Amino acid sequence: MPRAFTPKVVTGNALLEGDVIYFTDSDSWTRNLKDAEVITDEAVAQVRLLAAESQAAEVVGAYLADVKVTEDGPEPTHFREDFRRTGPSNYFHGKQAEA
Amino acid sequence: MYAYSEFDTDFIAERNRQFRAQVERRIDGSLTEDEFRPLRLMNGLYLQLHAYMLRVAIPYGSLDSAKMRQLAYIAQRWDKGYGHFTTRQNIQYNWPKLNDVPDILDALGEVGMHAIQTSGNTIRNVTADHFAGAAADEIADPRPVAELIRQWSTDHPEFQFMPRKFKIAITGSPNDRAVTAAHDIGIRIVEKDGEIGYQVIVGGGLGRTPMIGKVISDFVTEEDLLPYLEAIVSVWNVLGRRDNKYKARIKITVHEHGIDEIRRLVDARFAEVKPTFKGVDQQLLAEIRKHFHPPAFRNAPTDAFDQAYENDPVFRSWADTNLTEHKINGYAIAQISIKAHGETPGDASAEQMEVMADLAEKYGHDELRISHEQNVVLPHVHKSDLPALHAELKKVGLATANIGLISDIIACPGMDYCALATARSIPIAQEIAVRFDELKLEHEIGDIKIKISGCINACGHHHVGHIGILGLDRAGVENYQITLGGDHSENANLGDRTGPGFPAESVVDAIETIVRTYLAVRSSADETFLETYRRTGMEPFKAALYPPKEEAKADAA
Repeated sequence: MPRAFTPKVVTGNALLEGDVIYFTDSDSWTRNLKDAEVITDEAVAQVRLLAAESQAAEVVGAYLADVKVTEDGPEPTHFREDFRRTGPSNYFHGKQAEA
Repeated sequence: MYAYSEFDTDFIAERNRQFRAQVERRIDGSLTEDEFRPLRLMNGLYLQLHAYMLRVAIPYGSLDSAKMRQLAYIAQRWDKGYGHFTTRQNIQYNWPKLNDVPDILDALGEVGMHAIQTSGNTIRNVTADHFAGAAADEIADPRPVAELIRQWSTDHPEFQFMPRKFKIAITGSPNDRAVTAAHDIGIRIVEKDGEIGYQVIVGGGLGRTPMIGKVISDFVTEEDLLPYLEAIVSVWNVLGRRDNKYKARIKITVHEHGIDEIRRLVDARFAEVKPTFKGVDQQLLAEIRKHFHPPAFRNAPTDAFDQAYENDPVFRSWADTNLTEHKINGYAIAQISIKAHGETPGDASAEQMEVMADLAEKYGHDELRISHEQNVVLPHVHKSDLPALHAELKKVGLATANIGLISDIIACPGMDYCALATARSIPIAQEIAVRFDELKLEHEIGDIKIKISGCINACGHHHVGHIGILGLDRAGVENYQITLGGDHSENANLGDRTGPGFPAESVVDAIETIVRTYLAVRSSADETFLETYRRTGMEPFKAALYPPKEEAKADAA
């Protein structure tokens, strides 16, 4: 039996700054996971990924990342995505410093 | 210190001009990311978890104060005020913006540095003994040959699209501080009947499939060395597995074909290659040697050192751990630890880099080295200057007396920065250092090398750590495997796994258990951790780490 589709966001790195960005439902990019478009349908996911990848002047290496939907919006399910939306643990740099 | 010729300077300027245009074309949409990616990687620019990362080559880990100051300037001007020194004697900047990278490369070019071939399937930065030209046990300075290899391998037309990356290390001392046995090619300078030659080791490497290199030739003469290296790389370039990147490194080629067959093929290729060299490389080597004349060593009394050593316990502790015997009487090799307890191994702030540059100029004949153990070395300091040097290091938090001790940990950037990582390394290193500092056991434990990698690629050399730690992703949770008994030296050896891994919360406890077991079972205070492990084997450590279930339950109750 195929595995059930889990909610996803499209994410990648910004071309110029290199930092983590997320795709929104208005075809723009946000630096805040809370504002990302949460995709719950597999077919939609592929279409949205293609739409994101077509913005080659904005994003590098776009891919689908698992999230879980909470009251506060999408939250990462894997620690790697949690580090990506936060920043490194040894210095107060990256996203955590920009919030 | 090698100084760029007009040719070198022009070459770098031209490459930087090309890269600037490539960046512009990527930004204006004329180049796709698929087209641009190999171009940026050829210039050392990676895209990591949170940002771009620029890896700058420090050839054989050698710097002067001008280069170090420029590295500090770049950190300050275009990054977040620090740099990370790596196990391949390079420096990495973790936060450059794409638009700024051409300017950074130009700034590097001003001091004769670049980021070429710090990535991609090319011959990478040639590494060497960080005590080169200073060590008391040295047969010959490996740096002139390292520089010759650098020039030969840089932009070598035959070796730009190889099956995989290729790493060369060279040592001039029988005490192997350059980890030569874990490189694609390791070179050891040897002496036979009064003649200097080169023992060549091939097929070593860590990573997914760790292998200790095998001797392909016991003695290659100086004039044969470069054609011999070219023959090895050439044979592998044809045979290497381009179909499977996990089997592409030369260690697998040597393993699959056997060292005898590889030697036969290399000898045959050497016979073809050798006549094409015509001695130009030897003329070049003679020119290069002029750049590496020893500095004008002073002959002066060492009373200031003796007095400070006698009267200042803090200085004495630093001198005992951080100094190494120099080949010249009255001199010492001083290691500056950039592993203060709780700090990130290998990171130096721009201010610290500037101070180290100043101190090298003032007390160290203007020479600095980066060690593969992620520390900075002042290779030539007269003993009478050491108390003043130590006092100035203390002011900027660089006088940590822990070289070779348990807090002198190698750690790769791990999942705090690296896109390939499967777990974090840095916080584990920080916690171990702080734990043993609080326990005040560091000096009692003595010589021990802990090496941590955040994935199987083993940038943190965990396989050859006396204690190795490998961070993995086990079902979405960070998990750490431990190995014991690894050795990076001339007696190179891969560590043995203790058993199942430990979650992040208990890996530091596990390390403490291992160390306390060592303290309990060592035959005397003089028996090092590695010696104890070789004598007792895994058994006492395993018993302490994995107590039987019943006992564990009783303990918990």
